[in-house]
Amino acid sequence: MPIQTFVLNGETVSVDVADDVRLLWVLRDLLGVTGPKHGCGINVCKACTSHVNGRAFNPCATPVGDLQETDEITTIEGLPATVGADLHPMQEAWLDRDVAQCGYCQPGQIMAAVATVRAAQREGRTVTDADIEGIRNICRCGTYNRIREAIRAGAERM
Amino acid sequence: MPQLPARPPAAPVSPGVVPVDRRRFLGFVLGGATLIAAADMGLMPQRAEGAIPTLPGPAELYDLNDMLTDAARPTANLLTITINADGTASFALPRAEVGQGITTSSAMLVAEELDLPLDKVVVALADARPELLFNQLTGASNTTISTYTPIRVAAAVARTALLEAAAIELGTTVGNLTTKGGEVFDTLGNCVGYGDLAAAAASPVTRGVQVDLKPAGEFSVIGTPRNRVDALDAVTGRKQFTTDLAVDNAWPTMVCRPPTLNGTPIRILNQAEVEAMPGVSDVVLVDTGIAIRAQTFGQCIDAVRSVRADWRDGPVAGKSDQDIVDGLNAAELPLPALPNTPLSKTLDLKFTFYFRSNSPMDTNSAVADVRADRAEIWAGLKSPIVAQQEIAKVLGLPQAKVKVHVVTAGGSFGRRLFFDGALEAAKISKAMGKPVKLMWHRSDDSRAGRAHPMCTSRVRATYALGQVLAFQQAHTSVETDYRHGLGEIITAMATELPPGVGNLGFAETIFTLTQEVPYNFGAVVQTLTESDQRFNTGSMRNIYSPDVRCAGELMVDQLAKRLGKDPYTFRKSFLRSSRALAVLDRVAQAGNWGRSMPAGTAQGIAIHKEYKGVSAALVEIDCRPETVNRPIREGVTGPRVTKVTFAIDVGLAINPTGLEAQMLGGINDGIALALTSSLHLQGGHFVEASWDNYFYTRQWNTPPEVNVIVMPSDSETPGGAGEAGVAASFAAVACAYARATGTVPTYFPINHKAPFPFTPKPTVPPIPQSPTNGLKLTY
Repeated sequence: MPIQTFVLNGETVSVDVADDVRLLWVLRDLLGVTGPKHGCGINVCKACTSHVNGRAFNPCATPVGDLQETDEITTIEGLPATVGADLHPMQEAWLDRDVAQCGYCQPGQIMAAVATVRAAQREGRTVTDADIEGIRNICRCGTYNRIREAIRAGAERM
Repeated sequence: MPQLPARPPAAPVSPGVVPVDRRRFLGFVLGGATLIAAADMGLMPQRAEGAIPTLPGPAELYDLNDMLTDAARPTANLLTITINADGTASFALPRAEVGQGITTSSAMLVAEELDLPLDKVVVALADARPELLFNQLTGASNTTISTYTPIRVAAAVARTALLEAAAIELGTTVGNLTTKGGEVFDTLGNCVGYGDLAAAAASPVTRGVQVDLKPAGEFSVIGTPRNRVDALDAVTGRKQFTTDLAVDNAWPTMVCRPPTLNGTPIRILNQAEVEAMPGVSDVVLVDTGIAIRAQTFGQCIDAVRSVRADWRDGPVAGKSDQDIVDGLNAAELPLPALPNTPLSKTLDLKFTFYFRSNSPMDTNSAVADVRADRAEIWAGLKSPIVAQQEIAKVLGLPQAKVKVHVVTAGGSFGRRLFFDGALEAAKISKAMGKPVKLMWHRSDDSRAGRAHPMCTSRVRATYALGQVLAFQQAHTSVETDYRHGLGEIITAMATELPPGVGNLGFAETIFTLTQEVPYNFGAVVQTLTESDQRFNTGSMRNIYSPDVRCAGELMVDQLAKRLGKDPYTFRKSFLRSSRALAVLDRVAQAGNWGRSMPAGTAQGIAIHKEYKGVSAALVEIDCRPETVNRPIREGVTGPRVTKVTFAIDVGLAINPTGLEAQMLGGINDGIALALTSSLHLQGGHFVEASWDNYFYTRQWNTPPEVNVIVMPSDSETPGGAGEAGVAASFAAVACAYARATGTVPTYFPINHKAPFPFTPKPTVPPIPQSPTNGLKLTY
């Protein structure tokens, strides 16, 4: 089987697995990185949202063979290191507002929030209601209102 | 000299003294090497014997929570708190944390009574403890109601033992000692930490200790807003759910399920081919389908999709929604006739509520390691003792040889009262002779998982001269499954229930113990009829109340209209409970009831009373075409709830932050029930196989403005929270929709009969393939 190599949370990793296995299972089942969750397997619920080269993407819809050796994958576990701190400002905003209920979707929600704010910043503007309502990540506990507040608060510190 | 808090020591132990104070209880220090304090889990205050109100419904005198609390009362078994050498206190809660925040609120009780910082209280979930009998069931928002006293007593016993040990250590008497922040202080300012006292406070033998609980006036933790104890783990990805567990050799496992609901496999036609697929280790036929174990879940998906098999049809093969609706209509019993004369008018309304999925984010999953002589199971379980019994029976093992670990779950909403995944995992592990980590795919969880039953609710009321003379509500439902957990409790408690309730079936018992009409509406009758046992059902963040209350409150609005009254004023004049009146007034005031609004938008108001608490919701809805038709890719839009003002009185609110969180969730559930979320039975199976098919509230449908008000209360006892937000929200959204559109809906959700905005996924293969375009969809 082919050896797959990419950068995961700042470290180069190599895994012996077929090209078509989606990255989510490589992370979870083979590498033991369980922050990204399975919620649907078809890129709908967004519970596995992580970053590739700083942009949000969904590992459940990404064959591991599509990654280049230089591609940098960041999961929730590696998010704080991207700002050189114990916690990313978005995680702190999440804690301040006690956003999580069951917590299952929250790693994906936070990774989506960070990418949404970065996308707005790239356009030289602050995050809007429309940006937030474009986030498709499902929270079945229904803590959406605290998510909205936390994204705005986290954005101010990013 | 620091100013020390003036917390008096516990009263000295006086063996043989009968507790006379309602804050005085007997607990235990268990024999052991470190301090282990304990309280009887059955330790709960007796119900107040109040005056009997006029013609109360059974649920007002004795409700479901009373039954669950009474069922837990006589089990003479212990909840223990251990003081560790590092100064922390740990205990294993015999309940399931599924997101509702009970580990946090329980830790707060320990912190309060022990005078220990909250972050030094470590709460784990107890394994199945069969000796607890009925006292390890998490449901009906009952956890805090039933554990409030025993947890505090155990903590108070620990504090007493620490004080006694400190008195020896510091060479003084208990009367000269106080506790603060996990340390014991004497009057000279000397102090010693709990961790340093843990061994000295231990007792070689178990002994009884009488304690006085802290009076409510001295609370500094209970009733204060606190963040979740697991919040940091949740936001860093460290919080572990069942599928995150690393159990030796427990490889990913999935099941290829039948093309019709509850169908069964006859034979697999290409076993060798599937076994030869990459990563696959085992392919076995079990009663629910064909199980596949592989190195990754991705390879399980590939293998499930390649299975060719013969299937036996399930019991609703070929049936669709309308067949089930017809069955319910046929099962409806006639309502007693009410007069319709020039003086008194009778109004009839009928509503149909379609199937709804209680699938949480974290799908049915379980790790099972079944050996010849023993088994070990890990899963999110709200009835772990029943799960253990049933799994042992199926595996042919003694119950004591099946170890069942309760894992923190990613949501429940009623689903985890059942143990479908754990039982299936056990069967598969036995058949394969290997450990398995079973995960249901989203499509499995949505289609073959449990659903809230379809039901109809008929409401008939007679009014005359400004009064409501009679109010009848007849609920007819596909059977709700109570066979696990709750069923055993009802059987055991039958003789304790109020007259006329004990001989009802399980469902009628629950219905009678939960439903009431909170208004002075003359002669009130509420009944339940069940008709159809072919579905996998269960509660969904409450059992009957959201539907019953939605139907009831829509009738209230219609009565108000016919009697020429405003919905708020009308409710105000007929409500029977002062607490209900208080929450109603609060939302009307805070939410600016009656403000002028544009055509196509409206307010709706509703109340609900259950779980020892009462709630009110005032919502504003926008049903104008530009809102209803706003474009969202593969998403349902429809009317938008723009603002919610919600007031909740649960009595003593242990953690207002957690309570508010539960109400937020309940509001979003209520919106989904009214407007967007349902399952469609079509051709013998449910259509919905994805979160883009089943429309739970999404970010684009959640109200931009939500104000949750936790009512002040002088009650010394807490009520339930987990399900308490749903019913009033659902009812208020429905009432607002009816007022905004001028049309009273006849079915829910209101979009149930709209064309699907998606192409239904096939049932063969039962699992959709994962897309491959992930890198093209970055942002």
